[in-house]
Amino acid sequence: MTALLEVSGVSVTFDGFRAINNLSFSIGAAELRAIIGPNGAGKTTFMDIVTGKTRPDAGTVSFGERSLSLLGMNEAQIAREGVGRKFQRPTVFEDQTVEANLILALKAPRSPWRVLFCKPRQSDLARVRELADEVGLGDHLQRKSGELSHGQKQWLEIAMLLAQEPRLLLVDEPAAGMTPAEREHTTALLVSLAKTRAVVVVEHDMEFIRRLNCRVTVLHEGSVLAEGSLDHVTRDPQVISVYLGRG
Amino acid sequence: MTSPSSVRKYPTGGAGGVKPPAFTDSPSLFARNPSVLIFIACLAAFTLAVTLMSEAFGAGVISTSFVKTLGKTLCLCLVALAMDLIWGYAGILSLGHMAFFALGGYMIGMWLMYARTEEIVVTALSQGGLPATPEEISQGIATQIFGVVGSSDLPLIWSLAHSLPLQLSLALAVPGTLALVFGWLAFRSRVTGVYLSILTQAMTLALALYLFQNDSGLRGNNGLSGLQNLPGLDGTSQDIVSIWFFWASALALGLGYLTLSWVVSGKFGSVIRAIRDDEARVRFLGYPVEVYKLFLFTLTALIAAIAGVLYYPQAGIINPAELAPIASIYLAVWVAIGGRGRLYGAVIGAAFVSLLSSLFTSGRLPDIAFGPVALSWVNWWLVILGLAFVAVTLFAPKGIGGLFDRFQNLRTPDRKGAPLGPDDGSLQEQEAQQ
Repeated sequence: MTALLEVSGVSVTFDGFRAINNLSFSIGAAELRAIIGPNGAGKTTFMDIVTGKTRPDAGTVSFGERSLSLLGMNEAQIAREGVGRKFQRPTVFEDQTVEANLILALKAPRSPWRVLFCKPRQSDLARVRELADEVGLGDHLQRKSGELSHGQKQWLEIAMLLAQEPRLLLVDEPAAGMTPAEREHTTALLVSLAKTRAVVVVEHDMEFIRRLNCRVTVLHEGSVLAEGSLDHVTRDPQVISVYLGRG
Repeated sequence: MTSPSSVRKYPTGGAGGVKPPAFTDSPSLFARNPSVLIFIACLAAFTLAVTLMSEAFGAGVISTSFVKTLGKTLCLCLVALAMDLIWGYAGILSLGHMAFFALGGYMIGMWLMYARTEEIVVTALSQGGLPATPEEISQGIATQIFGVVGSSDLPLIWSLAHSLPLQLSLALAVPGTLALVFGWLAFRSRVTGVYLSILTQAMTLALALYLFQNDSGLRGNNGLSGLQNLPGLDGTSQDIVSIWFFWASALALGLGYLTLSWVVSGKFGSVIRAIRDDEARVRFLGYPVEVYKLFLFTLTALIAAIAGVLYYPQAGIINPAELAPIASIYLAVWVAIGGRGRLYGAVIGAAFVSLLSSLFTSGRLPDIAFGPVALSWVNWWLVILGLAFVAVTLFAPKGIGGLFDRFQNLRTPDRKGAPLGPDDGSLQEQEAQQ
């Protein structure tokens, strides 16, 4: 199986600090991958590079069957290619209803002209309802998202990501601020999502990663330290010394 | 479930309960925004009332000069609508939109002045007996218009001034192109917030300074004058012309209001409010934020230009002082006082403040004596306006428009300090508390 995302030899320096150092990473079209690493290991910078927020100094990032280079593209273009990102802190449009948030995220033409003349079709509204039901917000469609609890906002954001129908999903600490039951739900959702698309999860919580039951990539000082099953990497002496040993 | 907010959620069914706007259950624009119909009705009633009280078509209670003031006010309301779209909805505080307004005015002014001067020159030359040659006529026009700045050649930029349709298209093309180029440069570099505001101030200042020069081709600081005289309508009195322009201004404001309420009501409005609140997030949803900003910047510049085209024939004169940075700051003050993020707020703010302003600066109000010192309204008006602006910003960020929420019993929910959105002043979607 060819890789959906192929990152190779990428380096980034911020004011002399090497945030990412010759990093190579690849993920298949339907794969779940967890990324762990201590603070400052470059997890967020890695996501910034893939989503176009940060330009690397060296290296290549290619995406899809045609091996499209993501480096020359801006955030919006990359998002339209099918890369979705979920931030650590839930970021929803608090001043707008749950429904409006979901309609914004639905996969549809994004240019101003098309949006100006766009009218949500019945199928779109049905899809919105379906997504809201899926994350337990079905009764809250007309509520302003700013009123939701922290956990509900997380769910709304996940529903928005699903609405985008991305081929690659980058998820930053999904379990933060969730109750144990919600974590269970999140785990199941991520696992089922990874059946049809690539999902990269950055997480600190080892218990959560164990439940995901997937390959793990350990980052340290901007490059890959180890890769493999969770048991494999947790036995790696290097990993223990830089990361687990301290926890 | 219980919610963390102290406010009762949208009460359904109960009297006085306000349903939030939804994409699903309200097909028409008016059903979604009853304020649009109310506004159009008020505007129509106002237009009719003024017409019936005017000197030309009615009782003559309202003087022609006041009709002109009201007509001009409607134009200012239109440009305030544009300002509200770009600032209140999209969060881009442009402090240069009066430049587009004035450019529209200059473009229509060029035709008015040229065509009017042509009439005068042709009449004067024909008294010599022989019909005047085209060269003589154009020489005569150039001398008439540019004698005041010591020139007798018609500059290149006047080459379309003989034709109303061409000059009208310039009235859109020139401000539109300027907005497009300026906006492209600014938004492409992701200039935002206060830096963008400063940049737009610099733009309008640079343009004003350029126009102040005599060799800018627009008569330097003299500007263009006599614009109230429409060519070919010598027999028509200003009483009638003023009402025509008043009607045109009211029509433009009504159409502008309808268009903009359509623009902000659907998904497009949702996107631009999202850009206002978190533009990085909108980018990650795949929306080309910069293209949206450029689109809005140019659209609002065009609306401002149309307002300018209608305003300056009523004002009669335009000069580079109209592009001074302060003019665009006033525009922001009107919108802030009226209430950002709601279209009727912008209209109310512009009408209220600009009419008060012309009242206080007219010199007709008697000074108020405080013992040895006297409060002179003309001198103190700006201070009062400044204080009012500060007071509104601090104590009533929703402006006058916030009063309507009171009438509807809508209150901004108490979130114990947690923000609803980043922009407190803008109209938050209706959350009702009975």
